[in-house]
Amino acid sequence: MKCEEVEKGLIAYLDRRASSSERRDVEEHLASCAACQTRAEEFRKVWSVLDEMPAVEPTFGFDARVRQRVAAEPRRGWFDWFVPQVRLALSAALLIALTVWIAKRPPSHPGTTGTTATTSAPQQQDFNAIENLGVLENFDVVTKMDALSDLAPAGAQEPDKTQPNDGTTND
Amino acid sequence: MARSDVQMMLDVKAGDDASFDFLLQKYRSPLVNFLNRMVRDTATAEDLAQEVFLRVYRARKQYTPSAKFTTWLFRIATNLALNSVRDNRYQRMGISLNAPLDGEDSAPMELPSREMRIDEHMVERDRAEIIRRAIASLPEKQRAAVLLHKYEEMDYGEIAGILDCSEGALKSLLFRAYETLRVQLAPLVAQPVAHRAGGRRPS
Repeated sequence: MKCEEVEKGLIAYLDRRASSSERRDVEEHLASCAACQTRAEEFRKVWSVLDEMPAVEPTFGFDARVRQRVAAEPRRGWFDWFVPQVRLALSAALLIALTVWIAKRPPSHPGTTGTTATTSAPQQQDFNAIENLGVLENFDVVTKMDALSDLAPAGAQEPDKTQPNDGTTND
Repeated sequence: MARSDVQMMLDVKAGDDASFDFLLQKYRSPLVNFLNRMVRDTATAEDLAQEVFLRVYRARKQYTPSAKFTTWLFRIATNLALNSVRDNRYQRMGISLNAPLDGEDSAPMELPSREMRIDEHMVERDRAEIIRRAIASLPEKQRAAVLLHKYEEMDYGEIAGILDCSEGALKSLLFRAYETLRVQLAPLVAQPVAHRAGGRRPS
């Protein structure tokens, strides 16, 4: 094994994570190469020096700030519980259903809709009142025509008028 | 029986905010430390750590346990840190705040132990600054690899997953990084001190 080939196995050898074959290869090389042996020893010392790096602790209130940011996250509605693909499919289905419903709806005519019907009822009443306006204006005259009550009802005379047309008498 | 991180994340996904709180307590220090060493600014590191937790919370509904929880968590953190460093805004701020021998250390929680003498503390602070600068001088990906390997004690597969490279490429990356540090930290290696402040990997 050459020095360049030790490169990949040396770190794993030093931190005792090398496989048995890897370890054997490195050990064989180190036994015959003073330079790599020195390097391996210095790597160990460097690791020891790196231990001097002090650790830091999160400042007071770190947890509170995280919780605050988490609490500020928008909560999910029922629709958000679906995975995105299902949400998209559901939206597309609703859109298609709405389109079909609008397309199949019968065309509306003026006056047939609920709004038109509600507004036309008072108009119809006004129209009837105008139609009978003449009678209403002469209401007193009409009520004083007692003579009219003596007359036989127009409907009662009808059979007499129609009798000659019966066919039996004309013969 | 203690729940695994993955199980707790699945509980968060199911709407259990207490599990999220537990993960926050467990990983806030490792994340802030990692980010602080990446961006060299404690305030920025805290901002980024908050952003990591917020992204975890936002992604809870899409979470699938395809990898270790820490791989996912530190991948988010590493991407944020690399973006931040490349953005250069925080890096410039970090240099100004962490300038050597300016009489004020930017890390407010780094307190000397009571039994340590003033001169010992000064020596240790200077050494820590040299180490910080040596790590900061590494290319970003090498820096992240060293921090995850040395301080977070992650295995090669996990680090490779975080940095999106092969294990072979990672081992070469680590070798080059430690080779640089070996040269830069040679004066400290030659003059070891009795006090050892931190670091977790036994050597």
